[in-house]
Amino acid sequence: MPSPIEAKCYMNLLADKRLSCRDMPSLDMPSPVTGWDNRAWSVEREEYAAAVAGLCQREVGTLGRFRIAFLLSPLALLGGCSAVVLAPAGDIAVQQRDILVQSVILMLLIIIPVMVATALFAWRYRSARQARYEPDWDHSMHLELMIWSVPLLIIICLGAITWASTHLLDPFRPLDRISSQTPITEEDELLTVNVVALDWKWLFIYPQYGIASVNELVAPVDRPINFQITSSSVMNAFYVPALAGMIYAMPGMKTQLNAVINRPGVYKGISANYSGAGFSGMQFAFRGTSDADFDAWIQTARQAQVTLDRATYLDLERPSQNVPVRHFADVDPELFDAIVNMCVDSSKMCMKDMMAIDAGGGLGLAGARNLLPVAAEDRRGPGAVFGPRPSYVASIICTTDNPSGLVARDLHRSVVPPIDTDLELPLLRTSTMQPPAASADPFDS
Amino acid sequence: MPDSSFSQIVFGRLTLESFPFSDPILVGTFTVVAILGIAILAAITRYGWWGYLWKEWFTSVDHKRIGAMYMVLGIVMLLRGFSDAIMMRLQQALAFGGSEGYLPPYHYDQIFTAHGVIMIFFVAMPLITGLMNFVVPLQIGARDVAFPFLNNFSFWMTTAGAVLVMASLFIGEFAKTGWLAYPPLSGILYSPGVGVDYFIWSLQIAGIGTTLSGINLIATIVKMRAPGMTLMRMPVFTWTALCSNVLIVAAFPVLTAVLVLMTLDRYLGTNFFAGGLGGNPMMYVNLIWMWGHPEVYILILPAFGVYSEVAATFSGKRLFGYTSMVYATIVITILAYLVWLHHFFTMGSGASVNAFFGIATMIISIPTGAKIFNWLFTMYRGRIRFDEPMLWTLAFMLTFVIGGMTGVMLAIPPADFVLHNSLFLVAHFHNVIIGGVVFGMFAGISYWFPKAFGFKLDPFWGKVSFWFWVAGFYVAFMPLYLLGLMGVTRRMRVFQDDSLQIWFIIAGFGVFLIALGIAAFLIQIYVSIRDRERLADLTGDPWNGRTLEWSTSSPPPSYNFAFTPVVHDNDAWWDMKQRGYVRPLDGFRPIAMPKNTGAGIVLAGLSLALGFAMVWYIWWLAAASFVALLAVAIGHTFNYARMFDIPADDVRRSEDERSRQLADSGATP
Repeated sequence: MPSPIEAKCYMNLLADKRLSCRDMPSLDMPSPVTGWDNRAWSVEREEYAAAVAGLCQREVGTLGRFRIAFLLSPLALLGGCSAVVLAPAGDIAVQQRDILVQSVILMLLIIIPVMVATALFAWRYRSARQARYEPDWDHSMHLELMIWSVPLLIIICLGAITWASTHLLDPFRPLDRISSQTPITEEDELLTVNVVALDWKWLFIYPQYGIASVNELVAPVDRPINFQITSSSVMNAFYVPALAGMIYAMPGMKTQLNAVINRPGVYKGISANYSGAGFSGMQFAFRGTSDADFDAWIQTARQAQVTLDRATYLDLERPSQNVPVRHFADVDPELFDAIVNMCVDSSKMCMKDMMAIDAGGGLGLAGARNLLPVAAEDRRGPGAVFGPRPSYVASIICTTDNPSGLVARDLHRSVVPPIDTDLELPLLRTSTMQPPAASADPFDS
Repeated sequence: MPDSSFSQIVFGRLTLESFPFSDPILVGTFTVVAILGIAILAAITRYGWWGYLWKEWFTSVDHKRIGAMYMVLGIVMLLRGFSDAIMMRLQQALAFGGSEGYLPPYHYDQIFTAHGVIMIFFVAMPLITGLMNFVVPLQIGARDVAFPFLNNFSFWMTTAGAVLVMASLFIGEFAKTGWLAYPPLSGILYSPGVGVDYFIWSLQIAGIGTTLSGINLIATIVKMRAPGMTLMRMPVFTWTALCSNVLIVAAFPVLTAVLVLMTLDRYLGTNFFAGGLGGNPMMYVNLIWMWGHPEVYILILPAFGVYSEVAATFSGKRLFGYTSMVYATIVITILAYLVWLHHFFTMGSGASVNAFFGIATMIISIPTGAKIFNWLFTMYRGRIRFDEPMLWTLAFMLTFVIGGMTGVMLAIPPADFVLHNSLFLVAHFHNVIIGGVVFGMFAGISYWFPKAFGFKLDPFWGKVSFWFWVAGFYVAFMPLYLLGLMGVTRRMRVFQDDSLQIWFIIAGFGVFLIALGIAAFLIQIYVSIRDRERLADLTGDPWNGRTLEWSTSSPPPSYNFAFTPVVHDNDAWWDMKQRGYVRPLDGFRPIAMPKNTGAGIVLAGLSLALGFAMVWYIWWLAAASFVALLAVAIGHTFNYARMFDIPADDVRRSEDERSRQLADSGATP
């Protein structure tokens, strides 16, 4: 692999056609993780990969369309190789790009004639020219037929493409190929990554390896990845343009994205849905690496001093901006499920239990009273002016055995097993479990 | 309840700290606004215009004056919304290479939110409502709208909403949530300040005005057309206005409802949209777009109507394919309700749902395409005059097809996954809103201005404005398309990739060109008023028009038509001219017209007080203004003396004056 300066030089030579694609040095060499960690070089690397891909069109099958897209879009040509959406490195994004290009070509079939005709008619029938003038001509069956049917035909084609591609590229659907030439085989082991959007950083948990990282995502090239995405507080969108399209990250819910990265490199990852003050800094590096480098990275992460348990997570969850990369050596295996169910603080009732209780008919008044106040440090304001103070559903359900209900200081003694027997009994956090000073009734504000 | 000290009872949560004294940008803006405001108020007082303004404009129920006031509101708010745009572009052009730019998140996040809210609700909406208000009754041969008082009330409610948004600039803050304020971010836990409350109450107040105005115009079009004007003889602008108002009446109540739910969440602690206690933010996203998508057609349809009128008039030719134009409009109206989900394909709906909404969206491009072809063939074998309205129309046709194409790209879910929330999306909707709605409003303003005021707009400055706007649009937004393809998303405050900066600088330059376009437009208005003698239109028909509004004088008399015209053809006035129509010169009779009333401005003022009080938790003021609101509304229903007669002599006098003008202009009286 060339040095950055060499890479620039090679790119220029290729652009000037003084070198052929065969002569370009390959990128598939040493580890981008250990060797080239510096930011400037990451950019070079990306540019280099994109330049080679763009000019040499190594993606067979998308080759012709790709060239057409570039020819048709002079602006994109100006943008050159950094138009990552047009020159992505992951198979899903490549297919999405192809759809984009196909649709543009289909539509240009009608748009270009319309634009030309507009200019032509405006010029030809300007009043100074005294061309043929038919002030009462306002109808023609043939033209009307054309006006409605040509766009209709194009939309029928586009609609068919849309129906098929929406199903094939549904982010929830498991991949059936690694790239245009390589189908998925039994040997391809799925890499699962749990993605959590926090205020304002990204947490990636690798459940198969028991490690986690903040603002750094690493995946081996050509290995299918299943992202399970959620958010801790507000909406975000998980987006690595070079890898695949975006999908929202929403609190209390889990979305999925299946994707694969086909070229090693360092790619940009962002939140694509505005989420508050620290939004701009919510960026991460996505590294596509060789299997060996991936394993090495896992080992590095395992050597981190910190483990990710519920308490660490609750700390991490607090708002912070422009957070540097962090690794966690060991991750509580139930943490992600608890995040999705909004019950990392185990005094909170998990959404799934709440829904199970509600599906079973609810708890009546006892359910409405089973609330605890949100601790002051966990909220940004006093809550609704005429409402109860911000509260959450406690994971403990009071029953006739505990008729006095919500006196929190007694809770740890009077706990009764919750309805869902799978539910772990709470480890109460003192900060949130302090009863209100004056009154035990959370509705009294 | 918060602790009840005296100042809290009187001022709610409004304190001295609520005023942004520490922000030099805001203090500077406030100083300029205050000086200008005082100068204007002083001038009005000095020249004794208060009585005139109050009697002839503020309390007027004349649809032409209300229309003009809507336009003024829209243009004033355009200056505010555009200032936000300049600040955003400047921030994004500067914030590279480790620089934080000049705006902290607190300020920047308010600016992009306010820009969206203001441009849609307080620029685009007043401009299209104003145009419809002014033109529709004239085009259908009516003397006013169906409910003249309601019309005045609607205008002042919209204005009250605008005042509330402007107040947030200097008192407190505006929302920092993006223009549609998605929860949970807009919920009380993550946005405890007054910003989102300003958002809620200003939209709620303005929304009432918009809904009422929609009802009013539907009633006007359905019930008050001149004899002979069947639905299929209505001018196309009136058709688009009808469809647009049907959309308003069916869509705005959804906005009202979703804002009410949000209000309950924020004030009473309910959990409709907050997770954790059973609410669901996805419901908000669905509901707001069920309003939001029809909203874009509410804006674009009247603009389509303007282009239809302009293309036919300036090609000197009947509109090609009137029937297919009408059906295209109706199809768009219906489909507008069936596509809202395309704003959030990325939320994770199943593939079948996404594909359904994607294809439904593409289908809209068929009637829209038909419209483009109809304008094209209207020009074919015409005799095209390139006056300002026609220039805007041509620029629209060339620009809008690009926006239409990128729109269909975004409608394909797999493609949307890579383009959603990107600057490509931002470029797309500015392409259709500027290239469609804004160009349409300028076409409409330059087309109907002589009708409204009796003199044309100066063509030189109009062309200057036109070229700066069009060039500025392309320079400002084409780079954004490209940036979107580079994977750059919207609402970013700082950037880490320095190679992007050049594109933001180019886009910033484009905004500068648009600024020159706006300046040229303001100069155009000034020059035209100064040179009104030179630009005067004595005939009432300066463009050789085709529809009924050109059959009356410029400006029209308060009663519009001395005798209600009878319609035989869809280009009614063109047809009358062809058949040698002779103006009736006597036999005038008294004309019953609605009386002016101050109730609308009073009610809107009380609504403003109510909104302000609710934003700041000033409960006594909220209660008092609410009670007063009810009292004035009920009191107004006892006002039975709502009509008066214009005596036949007055009608004769003004019609004779018109005859003299026609004689002066060399036309037959």
